[in-house]
Amino acid sequence: MSVFAMPSLGADMEAGTLVQWLVNPGDRVTRGDVVAVVETQKGAIEIEIFETGEIAELLADLGQTLPVGAPLARLATGEDEAPLAVAKPAAGPTAAPAAASAAPPSATEPPAPVEVAVLPLSAVPPAPVGGVVAASPAARTRAAEAGLALAAVSGTGPQGAVLLGDVERHLAAGPAPVADTVAAPPKGKPRLDMAEMRRAIAAAMTRAKREIPHYYLTHEIDLQAAQDWLAATNASRTPDRRLLMGALLVRATVRALAKAPELNGRFEAEPYAPSGPVHCGLAVALRGGGLIAPAILDAAEKGVEAIMEAMRDLVTRTRAGRLRNSELTQGTITISSLGETGVDALTGVIYPPQVALVGFGAPRVRPMVRDGRIEPRLAITVSLAADHRVSDGRRGAAFLAAIDQILQEPETL
Amino acid sequence: MTPADIRTAFVDDLVMVAPDLDPGAIGDHDHLQEDLGLDSMDFLNLVAALHKRFGLPIPEADYPRLATPSKAVAYLTEMLAA
Repeated sequence: MSVFAMPSLGADMEAGTLVQWLVNPGDRVTRGDVVAVVETQKGAIEIEIFETGEIAELLADLGQTLPVGAPLARLATGEDEAPLAVAKPAAGPTAAPAAASAAPPSATEPPAPVEVAVLPLSAVPPAPVGGVVAASPAARTRAAEAGLALAAVSGTGPQGAVLLGDVERHLAAGPAPVADTVAAPPKGKPRLDMAEMRRAIAAAMTRAKREIPHYYLTHEIDLQAAQDWLAATNASRTPDRRLLMGALLVRATVRALAKAPELNGRFEAEPYAPSGPVHCGLAVALRGGGLIAPAILDAAEKGVEAIMEAMRDLVTRTRAGRLRNSELTQGTITISSLGETGVDALTGVIYPPQVALVGFGAPRVRPMVRDGRIEPRLAITVSLAADHRVSDGRRGAAFLAAIDQILQEPETL
Repeated sequence: MTPADIRTAFVDDLVMVAPDLDPGAIGDHDHLQEDLGLDSMDFLNLVAALHKRFGLPIPEADYPRLATPSKAVAYLTEMLAA
């Protein structure tokens, strides 16, 4: 028997609000299954379970705000339900007390009750069956302001997600059913979640600046070859199959990590060990302010087409408020790209406990010298912010040079 | 389709790719990137949605003609009539 607890979705998270259970007692779950949705300052996050087993009991109520580590459910993992304590002799004298003290709860537990969905803990009336549907952060904020239960709103977004427009239409349609479980914040103070997100960003960035000795490198890359290849490739494609320059930049960055693998990892304990898989975070700016950096998992295994699809999926789910905790907690490096309308360059702050952040400025036509002549070429400035505890400028420079080199041969991406 | 129908369809697709926008607050001359904050992925998703809805190819060279709702309605009206 083990306990499934409120996961931490980053160094900056202290608590989350349970908004939906996707499993019931008795359900079999496999490591990686999405079992619940938790509302955080980063929006609604789908929570995956980290063990395989059977849900024995749900311990948390919909609508409850729970600190990181609070028990959410009990999971029968199969190893210890059997008369294990007697069948398995203790390994040694010191292990015996532990085994003995661990045994009674599981041995004496009654079979998992079938209808334990709601605990008496809370004065809050049970949330509507099925919990709260997916909703964009703006829709959640607006609904909370109006004291409107999101479940009462029919969503028109991706997978039925409730959008801001749906909430507005619902409110315009008639008197809002007042959900007395939701304390409406004072009017004129919208975007409370944005204030929380701002605090979360401040906490993470303060930690980065306090703990990580950053060094910075910048390099100008001739992007004309990549742009020409991209334009030629996209010319014969329908819009849904077109690639963005951003996908080429991500693919080139991930490939270049082979030249400096120590830049890819999470510095969580001494000694630092780089990560094998590349889980590449993408900083996605939110229109209401703030940003989220969900990761493309196993990015090194993906070609440019698969990277493009993964980026499209991540941006869509970020906008709709439907990210998974693994995407928010396993990043091994982050890329921040200013896009087409930004400024020339950015000097980033590493997202702890990662050890590097790659920044791309806006691509711009600049005068560049080629074969002794000045030509107008599309150029981009790439920057690296890296952790001096695990790498040096020479390695960082080799990494940026590798990104440049790969982008000169776009057909090999 | 009248230009008003096309505008309604355009705004529907715009709000689908950018669910945090309030459709009632979108102005005819709002620039999609600079004023409404669409990034390149949002914009491409919008072009893909318009392609699916109207069956128009919308090559990359025409992207500047979709810069605002007003320009987009004029562009789509012209292309649909062609």
